[in-house]
Amino acid sequence: MIDKKYIGMKSGPHVLDLERGRVRSYSKILGFTDPVYFDVPAAKAAGYPDLLVPPTFLFGLEIETDDIYSFFRTAGVDLGEVLHGEEEFIYHRPLFAGDTVTLETTITDLYEKKNGQLEFIVRHTVATRNHEKVVEMKSITVVNHR
Amino acid sequence: MSTVDLSPGTKLPTVEIAPVTRTMLALFAGFSGDHNPIHIDIDFAKKAGMDDVFAHGMVSMGYLARVAATWVPQERIRNLRGRFTSRTPVGGAPVVTGVVREHTVVNGERRAEIDVVVTLAGGPQTIVGTVTVALD
Repeated sequence: MIDKKYIGMKSGPHVLDLERGRVRSYSKILGFTDPVYFDVPAAKAAGYPDLLVPPTFLFGLEIETDDIYSFFRTAGVDLGEVLHGEEEFIYHRPLFAGDTVTLETTITDLYEKKNGQLEFIVRHTVATRNHEKVVEMKSITVVNHR
Repeated sequence: MSTVDLSPGTKLPTVEIAPVTRTMLALFAGFSGDHNPIHIDIDFAKKAGMDDVFAHGMVSMGYLARVAATWVPQERIRNLRGRFTSRTPVGGAPVVTGVVREHTVVNGERRAEIDVVVTLAGGPQTIVGTVTVALD
C-alpha cells in the first residue's frame, strides 16, 4: 500500500524546452500531417510563432522530466502493475516549439478500491509559460495488484 | 480547415487508425518520453505476467487528439479527457468516433461537448471520454 504521506507531495518546478525536433517526431509518430506541426514557414503562415505542439505532447515530457517511475519504485509500486486509468487535459493557451514551460505536479490523492487490490494515484500538473497557465493535466494511475 | 458540423446530435466521421506495431510503440516511447518498459520490452512484460507488451493509453489518446484537431483548429480545443477501459495490444487498430452531445456557454464562450469513444476494430472500447471545443 502506498503511504498516504505522499498526498500533497509536490515535484518540480521542472523547466522544459519544447524542441522542434521532438515536436516533429512526436507529431509524425501519431500520424499528424498538417504542416504546422513540421514546417516552420507553414506554421508562421498560419499565424503561429513556431511549430504547433500537438495536444498530448506534454504528458510524456512530464513523465520523463518528473521521473515518475522512480517515485513509484520509492513508494513500492511495481511498474508491471501500473495502468493508466484516466487522463484530462485542460487547455488555456496553445504551445509552440521554442517555448519554455515550467511544470509543477502535485499528488492530490491516493485511495484504494476492492479491499486494496486496486490503488489509485491522482496527480495534477500545472504547466506555465512566462508565469501564465498554459495546460493542466490530471492523471489517474491505477496499480492493480493482480 | 473546412467547417465540420458541430450541432448537437451530429455524429462525426469515424476515423480508423492503422494497427499498432512494436516499432510504433518503441518510437512512441522514445518521442513521448514515457519509457515504461511494459510497452516496449517483452521480457519485462512477460515477467509482469503479460503475454506481450501493450500500447500506452496515450497512444490512443494521442490519436484521439489528432482526430479532434480535424474537427476544429487545435487552439479551440478546451478540454480532452478520457477513461482508459481496455488495453490496446500489438496489432490492435484504434477506431475513433465522436457524437456532439450539447452546446454550453462557459465564461461567455460557446462550446460543444463531444462524447468520444476509441474502440479496437472488432474489439472492446479502449477510451471513453469527452472533447470540449470552442464553437467560435
